[in-house]
Amino acid sequence: MPSLNDYLLLSGILFSIGTAGVFVRRNLITILLSVEIMLNAVNLSFVAFGRSLGTADGQIIVFFVMTVAAAEAAVGLAIVIALFRHRESLNPDTFTTLKW
Amino acid sequence: MLIYIPLIPLIGFLINANFGRRLSKSASGAIAVAAIVVSFAVSLAAFVRLIGLPPESRAIVQQVYSWISSGSFQASFTLRLDPLSAVMILVVTGIGSLIHIYSTAYMHDEPDAEYARYFSYLNLFAAFMLVLVLGANFLVMFLGWEGVGLCSYLLVGFWFEKNSASDAGKKAFIVNRIGDFGFILGVLLVFVRFGTVDFQQIAASLSSISPETSFGTISLITLLLFVGATGKSAQIPLYVWLPDAMEGPTPVSALIHAATMVTAGVYMIGRNAVLFSHAPLTLQIVAVIGVATAFFAGTIALVQNDIKRVLAYSTVSQLGYMFVAVGVGAFSAGIFHLYTHAFFKALLFLGSGAVIHALSGEQDLRRMGGLKNALPLTYWTFLIGALAISGVPGLSGFFSKDEILYEDYATGHTLLWVVGLMTSLLTAIYMFRLVFMAFFGPRHVEEPAHAAAEPHGGATNHHLHDAPRPMAFALVLLAAGSIVAGYIGLPAVLSSHNRFNEFLAPSFGPPRVEQTATSAAEPAAERAAAGSAQLELGLMGVSVLAAFGGIGIAVFFFLRNREAGVRLAERFIGVYTVLTHKYYVDEIYDAAIVQPIRIVADEGLWKVVDMRVIDGSVNGVAASVRGWSELLRRLQTGSVRAYAASLFLGVVALLGYYLWR
Repeated sequence: MPSLNDYLLLSGILFSIGTAGVFVRRNLITILLSVEIMLNAVNLSFVAFGRSLGTADGQIIVFFVMTVAAAEAAVGLAIVIALFRHRESLNPDTFTTLKW
Repeated sequence: MLIYIPLIPLIGFLINANFGRRLSKSASGAIAVAAIVVSFAVSLAAFVRLIGLPPESRAIVQQVYSWISSGSFQASFTLRLDPLSAVMILVVTGIGSLIHIYSTAYMHDEPDAEYARYFSYLNLFAAFMLVLVLGANFLVMFLGWEGVGLCSYLLVGFWFEKNSASDAGKKAFIVNRIGDFGFILGVLLVFVRFGTVDFQQIAASLSSISPETSFGTISLITLLLFVGATGKSAQIPLYVWLPDAMEGPTPVSALIHAATMVTAGVYMIGRNAVLFSHAPLTLQIVAVIGVATAFFAGTIALVQNDIKRVLAYSTVSQLGYMFVAVGVGAFSAGIFHLYTHAFFKALLFLGSGAVIHALSGEQDLRRMGGLKNALPLTYWTFLIGALAISGVPGLSGFFSKDEILYEDYATGHTLLWVVGLMTSLLTAIYMFRLVFMAFFGPRHVEEPAHAAAEPHGGATNHHLHDAPRPMAFALVLLAAGSIVAGYIGLPAVLSSHNRFNEFLAPSFGPPRVEQTATSAAEPAAERAAAGSAQLELGLMGVSVLAAFGGIGIAVFFFLRNREAGVRLAERFIGVYTVLTHKYYVDEIYDAAIVQPIRIVADEGLWKVVDMRVIDGSVNGVAASVRGWSELLRRLQTGSVRAYAASLFLGVVALLGYYLWR
């Protein structure tokens, strides 16, 4: 059976991949996707902790996180659609008017 | 009752200042004259009430309101009438009334608004001067002191469109202010030393202390007060404003710079006679400066060509006499001279004003002459004034000046007596030089050709006429005063007792006058009675010789043999030049004091401190803000990814910090 550390390591790797994706990717939808990856990584670590402590608390929290992730994805996509309608582009670098 | 004495002129000032523009000349003049005359009437009534009281308790006090009450320090606005201030208020209101009346004619060519402005200032001056002499403590006196300085500025610079006049006004005020700095320090020290600024309380605390033998606190206090007096009363070194102050209208010179304001310094010392008697070192300094100033100013007066300048230096000189008197402890002699001097000096100034008025503004003696027959009343009154100031027996000036000289000799200050005598000689010479140059000899100019010294109501050419009625009235009364005013102060040698000195004695002694042995005026009277009558008569004779000798010299050089005077001036051209340039004192002050201050102010304080340091730092703050913002605004890239990245890094840093601890 994999130990807690293994799960946490996997969670950390997934989180880093997600973070890197947010910074690096040049497509708004892909950025949203990376955010989902981050959220899932956190889910994983919560469940792993819950299993190692022998309670179901970790899984309860996951419920919350998944709900929030869903709502946030919906809202995020709505914003992306609004932005796309404005600039006909999904590249975050096109939305830089708020600068000096 | 006392408050009405300064209050009525103050009301006159308020009326003329606020409504003067809409009043006719007769109305504003009448208001001002009425104010001062009523004040004179009230002063007379107060005086009558005062002499009704027994000599030991001759004082009327009125506390108008409680001004400062802080812990143990009390200072109220209190007026106190005692013999000394009674003499002063009568001089101020009496001679002031005559000058107000005179001014109604003299200033008649001014426009209505200016006429009212003049009279408002004149009333204001009277009000402040009366506050000064009636004050029962240093604070009230200082209020009046500053107020008369202000009015002097306003009146000297009355024709302010003329640069020389406004400059003279500023000079008067600024030089006065320098003296006042010393005065304020003196008053502060008085408070520190005595815990009070009330004159009676100070005198009371001093009754248990003996006079200082070395330079201590009291000497310092009195010295500082005297510095104030040198400013106000135009002694060395702060006399320089008074000759320039002749830019003002002549009645102003008569009132302020002859009869009243300049006497404030002498009055102040008289008022604090007990305090000054406890500082013999300071009194020495006072006497020496007094006699030096008297002689110094007399020499300058000898060669001045402007009629008013001669009288100005004469005033400085006579004030020196007053300071010599108080300096040797003869306080009532000094006040006596103040009183007689007010009469004849005002007379001389008003007389010169009549001359100037008749000549449509001409003030240069070299362009006058032969006015004796054209202006008879002016001539005769002026002559009386000149005789009085020269110390000719029978007139007031003789008695007062002689008493001062006698006191000098009798207290052992022989050198002061000698210099005083020489100054008497000079006085007679320059005074009669003035008389002869103005009234005798050939008429030098029929009608003045070019712009005259005083902007005398436009360039109208008056025909040569003697003084109009209001002016003549004042001149005649002052001439009468110059003759008879001295008879109340006849020395013990000529009458049974010196009424004036006796009347004033309580003012100069400690509060309980039972201790007659310690009051300063008493020993003088006793000395006179105690068998030195021969000495006094002898000294009197010498003074008379000096007076007539001076007149004789003037007759020779300025009446009979004018070329001799010119040749003498040419032979001693060096001395003559120094004297006509007033010993270059103004130039020396300018070079030694004014220019360095100006340089420090312009080059140092303005160009460096203000422009470079202060403006530099304020602008520098703005510049650095601009610089930093140039740098920092590059953070606002508008790129969301960059913002997200920095957010993330920040969170990592924060969490890492807390996890690491």
